[in-house]
Amino acid sequence: MSHKKQNRSVPISSLVVGLKTGLIGAILTVLLSLIGMVEAFSQREIIHEIISMGHALLLLAGCFIAYFSAKRTLLEKKSLILVNSLIAGILSSGSLILLVVLGHFVNLRSVFINASPVLFNLLLLGQGIEKGSLLLILIGALIGLFSGTLYLFPARIRKAMVLPLSSVLLAGVLQDLLRPTLSAWGPLSKLSDWLFTANGLSLSGAITLALFIGIGSHFWSSKGKGIQERMKNLSLRKRRIITYSGFLILIFLLLLLPHLLGLFLSEVLTIVGLYILLGLGLNIVVGYAGLLDLGYVAFFAIGAYTTAILTSPELGFFHLSFWSALPIAILMGIVSGVLLGIPVLKMRGDYLAIATLGFGEIIRILVLSDFLRPWLGGAQGIGKIPKATIGSFEFARPQDIYYLILAGCLLVVFISLRLKDSRIGRAWMAMREDEDVAQAMGINLVSTKLLAFATGAGFSALSGAIFASKLGSVYPHSFNVMISINVVCLIIVGGMGSIPGVMVGAFALVGLPELLREFAEYRLLVYGAALVAMMLLKPEGLWPEAIRRRELHEESEEKTSRESTEETSV
Amino acid sequence: MAILIAKKVTKRFGGLVAVDRLDLEIQEKSIHSIIGPNGAGKTTFFNCVTGFYRPEEGEILFNHHSLVGLLPDQIVRLGISRTYQNIRLFPNLTAMENVLVGLHGHLKANFFGIVIGSSSTRKEEAEAAEEARKLLRFVGLSGKGDFLAKNLPYGDQRKLEIARALASKPKLLLLDEPTAGMNPKETQDMMDFIQRLRDELGITILLIEHQMRVVMGISETVTVLDYGEKIAEGPPVEIQKNPRVIEAYLGRGSVKEATAA
Repeated sequence: MSHKKQNRSVPISSLVVGLKTGLIGAILTVLLSLIGMVEAFSQREIIHEIISMGHALLLLAGCFIAYFSAKRTLLEKKSLILVNSLIAGILSSGSLILLVVLGHFVNLRSVFINASPVLFNLLLLGQGIEKGSLLLILIGALIGLFSGTLYLFPARIRKAMVLPLSSVLLAGVLQDLLRPTLSAWGPLSKLSDWLFTANGLSLSGAITLALFIGIGSHFWSSKGKGIQERMKNLSLRKRRIITYSGFLILIFLLLLLPHLLGLFLSEVLTIVGLYILLGLGLNIVVGYAGLLDLGYVAFFAIGAYTTAILTSPELGFFHLSFWSALPIAILMGIVSGVLLGIPVLKMRGDYLAIATLGFGEIIRILVLSDFLRPWLGGAQGIGKIPKATIGSFEFARPQDIYYLILAGCLLVVFISLRLKDSRIGRAWMAMREDEDVAQAMGINLVSTKLLAFATGAGFSALSGAIFASKLGSVYPHSFNVMISINVVCLIIVGGMGSIPGVMVGAFALVGLPELLREFAEYRLLVYGAALVAMMLLKPEGLWPEAIRRRELHEESEEKTSRESTEETSV
Repeated sequence: MAILIAKKVTKRFGGLVAVDRLDLEIQEKSIHSIIGPNGAGKTTFFNCVTGFYRPEEGEILFNHHSLVGLLPDQIVRLGISRTYQNIRLFPNLTAMENVLVGLHGHLKANFFGIVIGSSSTRKEEAEAAEEARKLLRFVGLSGKGDFLAKNLPYGDQRKLEIARALASKPKLLLLDEPTAGMNPKETQDMMDFIQRLRDELGITILLIEHQMRVVMGISETVTVLDYGEKIAEGPPVEIQKNPRVIEAYLGRGSVKEATAA
């Protein structure tokens, strides 16, 4: 992997770099405009009456391209770096002028329905063709120079400049999340009024936020190391107390969360939570054991349908409560995991992916079939699934179901963590790395593979059971192949084999699109772009699996604990 | 006493006979080398012993157990472990984890014990970690246990592979070209190390090697293969003079020259 990285960023000392990357930038900005993203995103403002999300998207693309062009140029030639990023910036924005002019003479709308006068007006910043073009060129030049100088600055200053800007951008994008959350709390509502307007951040709010983040990050970069050092020098027991209290605060926050966020955001959280459950299950199969399973949705469906059949009065076979149906649903998931596992034991890589993909479809088509309709409900699905209850409390609202999912997630994270650093987890990972050698090291491939399939399927069935009780009904079309693909994507984006990575991936790929309604149309496009970008820029994922330090870490831990016991005995 | 006995072992790939009616006896606690030109069937024989391939004919007995038809994981449990010609570590696991995987067959923790964190599981894990550290120390890798295997230098990767093989507590260790790609100093260290394995741990060593200095230096018995057939066997001094061996390695004309000289 490392040699690839070196290959990619061989710096070149000529203007060709600026022209080449600028051309890519030009294509990128025109593409973003023509597919309608700029127009769709311009409804939401980042800073009120100053910059909309659509314009921010174009700016970001331009900055990225210009920075990339600077990075590709030889570091020794500082002036050339600036020239190259300038060229890239101007080309990225100048192409938009060309688009507008072209759109003026030719009717582009017959092919690109988004190439409307509204879009052109947006691209020209509402200033008309002459003034607008001049402005665009100027902005292109500015972002080019900005990105070029950004690259030349040392990393510390770069961070201090990028962090406030990106946090303003993030606050603007997530305003629907932040504003109601802040204003729900008495003292914080003033802050929310100061930061936000009805649409976007206020100018004063944006400046305050940028300053606050900038000063905060500066403080951390100058003092942070000292604090971390002091943390390290604390005795083991004190460090443990700090970790545990941090953990307790986190749990407390998690318990409080649905009350802070309200109905809509709690609903988003429950969806993200269900995907985290699915992701953690598939993480065992794909991330640990390296078995690419593309039919993972099957176990989700089996969990949901088992719960539905056992609890729904609509079919009238059984009238179990959610809690008595849950273990049976999980068991059914585990059994079907083993049943799927047996025929595919000898398959590897692509073949396994195709076989499991087929299995996922078989389950969906089975529940859809008219033949099984009396038992599985056919296309109309099964309704009237009762909610989970404890005593007289009913998990009905999203805020309540959240707790159900949180409990499931905590359980699954705990099991995953325990398994990971054990004989079984190591056997899975050895199998992922080299199946033949793993077998020659005494690992029974049959039982180890089946255990991975069964564990993953069990987690997935748990997620399915909660899903069924959350929705109150199950339909075959809820269990299409896209769910499997989504779960694989979130694991890849988050980081293969990494538990925090699954959570980050679920929030990024499932949570964000729910929050940004504008994304809905471009969801698949963004997925694809995110996957390609991840593979090129950060193949290990957003939050890669940490290397567990066993040898020295544990020895030093033993030493310090021995020392501390000696201290106490003295 | 022979620890491994191969009787008329034959392995074919389509029309090609890779190992041809091979008879071999390996004495307990000996260092036994197999040499031969490229393609002579040495590694194929290793793969037959360790269960990667199933020989079409013949019998392989290890301490009177038949190995033919057993799976690799069953064979390693009987006490045969190996290293590979092109190093095959688990690249994205740490050195320590690589050795711990080698200990797999000797650990007993089950799913539920692991999840609830039972005291026997925890005790076993601590003992396994201690054992792994001891093995890393034994091969001279202490302090490098937390490196990813792929980030270790070449020589250390060879050592780690042996440490991993030793973790399964073998009685017979198969080394496939352990000194490939090593300089003279590293080669000498490896030779000393292999002798230590036999002298200190009492492990029988079966070794494929191309460097004649290593073969002649440490082995008690040498078997020479050519086109899957055994063409000579004996102590190193005899093998060096054997005309058939010289012929196999250097061609027919050179035998005449050698006898003339």
